[in-house]
Amino acid sequence: MASMRDIKRRIKSVNSTQQITKAMNLVASSKLTRAKNRLMDTRPFFQETRKVIAGVVNGSKGISHPFLEQREVKKKAIILITGDRGLCGGYNANVSKAAMSHADDVNNVSAITVGSKGREFFKRRGIKIIESFTGISEKPGYSDALKIGQLALDLFTKGEADEIYLAYTEFITTLYSEPKVIKVLPVDVNEFTNDDGDSSGQSLTIYEPDEEAVLEYVIPKYVNTVIFGAMVESAVCELGARMTAMDSATENASEMIDSLNLLYNRARQGQITQEITEIVGGSGIYD
Amino acid sequence: MAENKIRLRIVTPVRELYDEEAEMVIMRSSIGDIGILHGHQPLTTTLDYGFLRIINGEDEVKATIFGGFASVDERGITVLSDAAEWPEEIDEGRAMAAKERAENRIRSNDDSVDIARAELALRRALIRLEAKGK
Repeated sequence: MASMRDIKRRIKSVNSTQQITKAMNLVASSKLTRAKNRLMDTRPFFQETRKVIAGVVNGSKGISHPFLEQREVKKKAIILITGDRGLCGGYNANVSKAAMSHADDVNNVSAITVGSKGREFFKRRGIKIIESFTGISEKPGYSDALKIGQLALDLFTKGEADEIYLAYTEFITTLYSEPKVIKVLPVDVNEFTNDDGDSSGQSLTIYEPDEEAVLEYVIPKYVNTVIFGAMVESAVCELGARMTAMDSATENASEMIDSLNLLYNRARQGQITQEITEIVGGSGIYD
Repeated sequence: MAENKIRLRIVTPVRELYDEEAEMVIMRSSIGDIGILHGHQPLTTTLDYGFLRIINGEDEVKATIFGGFASVDERGITVLSDAAEWPEEIDEGRAMAAKERAENRIRSNDDSVDIARAELALRRALIRLEAKGK
């Protein structure tokens, strides 16, 4: 049995760890509330942008635009959204793995990463990183999304990538989120035809200056919005995952302290018994 | 007159600025100012930097809009913009500083300066100041 002093020291160390995890849990949960509100605020813009694209696509059959064109896929690019920090359960690993499943041939894939965890993940696997953004994943701004969107559009138009994917984490509930990989470019027209962009009267819509110009303007906006939405959603998931992870860590620490306390008391009792035995033995009563 | 109003929504990536009825909405599209009343034909247009005026009888409310697009359909007008704000939210000092910075950049004759960007910044600053100064 370990000595009393050792046990005491372990209790102390577990206790201070517990204090940290508890604080992190509280911080994450208060940040989570705010991040959730932000997520709600970004949704209307996203939905309305989709509707406009759906309107243009449905209203004018057979529209063609470089951003809608499917090309033979030789090179892919992946935008991976992760956090900067760990201690959030499987959050970073899950989304990175999901992204990796789309990178069948490492040599033909390049990546734009958000968050240092994703950068390290791709670096280790030898995937070329075009640009990485760090320090923004917890509170992404629209201007960050603009930069990434511009980068993605440039890659696509210059032919450096024939398909661009976006790997992020979808928020379902605080306890549950799911990594997701979607294709951002080329924009899939068929995806919109099923939307509620009610086709009646769509053909009467006037486009100023004209349909192509509207599409030219709206599609980059759409890509930016998708990226921004994904960043905000991932931030919520990261905080949710951290909260859950820290909550269970705090609980585990409590359990550990309990069992260590038991051990400590047993050791203390054992020592007392031994001392009594020694005193009794030393007194010579039983001689 | 209630039936002659049109619903207007102004949405930006970070928030919903406005969602109410209006008698007339005048906005700066990329080909000039357009006014929209109840019962307008479906329209989708890109927007320029400028003001969006919401008119309700005698009242007129202004908002600054920096790019984006507007779509009009049977549900009303939806304005989607990267940045939209009310005049009272504008920080005059910041706009002033931005104006000076942009002007200096344009004047500097430095090849490394992105003139187009500086001009856009200047236009934004001027619109913000105009909204403040009325």
